[in-house]
Amino acid sequence: MTAEFFQRDRTLHPPALTPTYKTSVARSPRYALLSLQNSLSEVTGPRFGHNDIGALDNDLILNYAHGGEPIGERIIVHGRVLDETGRGVPNTLVEFWQANAGGRYRHKKDTYLAPIDPNFGGCGRTLTDEAGYYHFRTIKPGAYPWRNWVNNWRPAHIHFSVFGSGFAQRLITQMYFEGDPLIRNCPIVRAIPDQDAVDQLIAPLDLNAAAPLDCLAYKFDIVLRGSRSTLFENRLEGN
Amino acid sequence: MVQPLNYLRETASQTAGPYVHIGLAPGAAGFKTFDQELGTDIAGPNAKGERIAVEGVVFDGTGSPLKDVLIEVWQANAAGVYPHPADRRSAEVEEGFRGWGRVISDFATGLWSFETVKPGVVSGRNGRPMAPHLNLWIVARGINIGLNTRMYFADETDANAADPVLNLIEQENRRPTLIARREERDGRPVYRFDIRLQGENETVFLDV
Repeated sequence: MTAEFFQRDRTLHPPALTPTYKTSVARSPRYALLSLQNSLSEVTGPRFGHNDIGALDNDLILNYAHGGEPIGERIIVHGRVLDETGRGVPNTLVEFWQANAGGRYRHKKDTYLAPIDPNFGGCGRTLTDEAGYYHFRTIKPGAYPWRNWVNNWRPAHIHFSVFGSGFAQRLITQMYFEGDPLIRNCPIVRAIPDQDAVDQLIAPLDLNAAAPLDCLAYKFDIVLRGSRSTLFENRLEGN
Repeated sequence: MVQPLNYLRETASQTAGPYVHIGLAPGAAGFKTFDQELGTDIAGPNAKGERIAVEGVVFDGTGSPLKDVLIEVWQANAAGVYPHPADRRSAEVEEGFRGWGRVISDFATGLWSFETVKPGVVSGRNGRPMAPHLNLWIVARGINIGLNTRMYFADETDANAADPVLNLIEQENRRPTLIARREERDGRPVYRFDIRLQGENETVFLDV
């Protein structure tokens, strides 16, 4: 259980400084990162259980319903959390948040003119099962404008936060929807230098997982860093 | 041709964006969906060791405070043990000690703070002890991939001098960017740890 994680391949992640995403200019370190071999501080991380979450936490259609259901396209999002070796990551916390069908967030700092939905909060969370599967139900979020250039629009997206088994696997990302033409224009998406890595963020429509006459489904697998099997002892901790 | 190496590739990071609070700290965003917000109690009631507060501000390259930052902390208990099965001593950890917390900056001032216990020395690689430290992970709008760093304690002078990670920092004048200053407030220890994303005294960030 003391295996080190594979080196993070930073050529597929967005670099810190991506000037067309303007906020990154003043919020990106100028010096190189200091690369560490993993110690216990990196291979360990918080663990969560079913006591931490509530029964409706993975149902955004119902978890903020106040006398009605939210307006918008009903969807299921499901998939697996895997590591780079293809193994499912079990019992790990997946959190997600999003705007409503009109692209408006329930947040005091969002002043977009599209209205708040009184029955939609926009946040949820769940634990993966023993095989790494997760699922939740929600409303498909709308695109929204943001002040980068004056006419930038975010593609429809759901933010994801995933833990894994060690703190060095910690990841926040965004899921996009198959066929959305805004994806290719977005400076935040285009911060990713690797087209395959972009494609990996786009969830395909998954009719097989849809609930007929009820809601559509999208499939989104998330890959976290894998870990080395210790073929030869590389003393991570010692005596 | 050779056999294919069939590793998957890690999902690419994206910024947490300006509304990260909705998902990870909805109470702070001003609405309640969850019965319990996670990450608000790091040490729990039973943890031994010195109770401390930690506070600071994250500054951007212009010297302005980030008012939309979210920081997570991961730490060992006062005996230097992590509550995780990879730590062979994890069974010794006090009940209720989570070791993990999550905090956001104040929307008006950018100040963040949390309470915990001071961690102990953790066994590092090849048995070399690591000075007491908190592992921090910082996300916000404008940060494309979460920034890892460590916070060490100014009153651990000898342990810090021998710490294998601090000693990896080639430029010795950058090491103090990872060391929190100790203050007393109402008789209680408060460690001040400002994080500078860029520019003068830029904090050392880690590729872990």
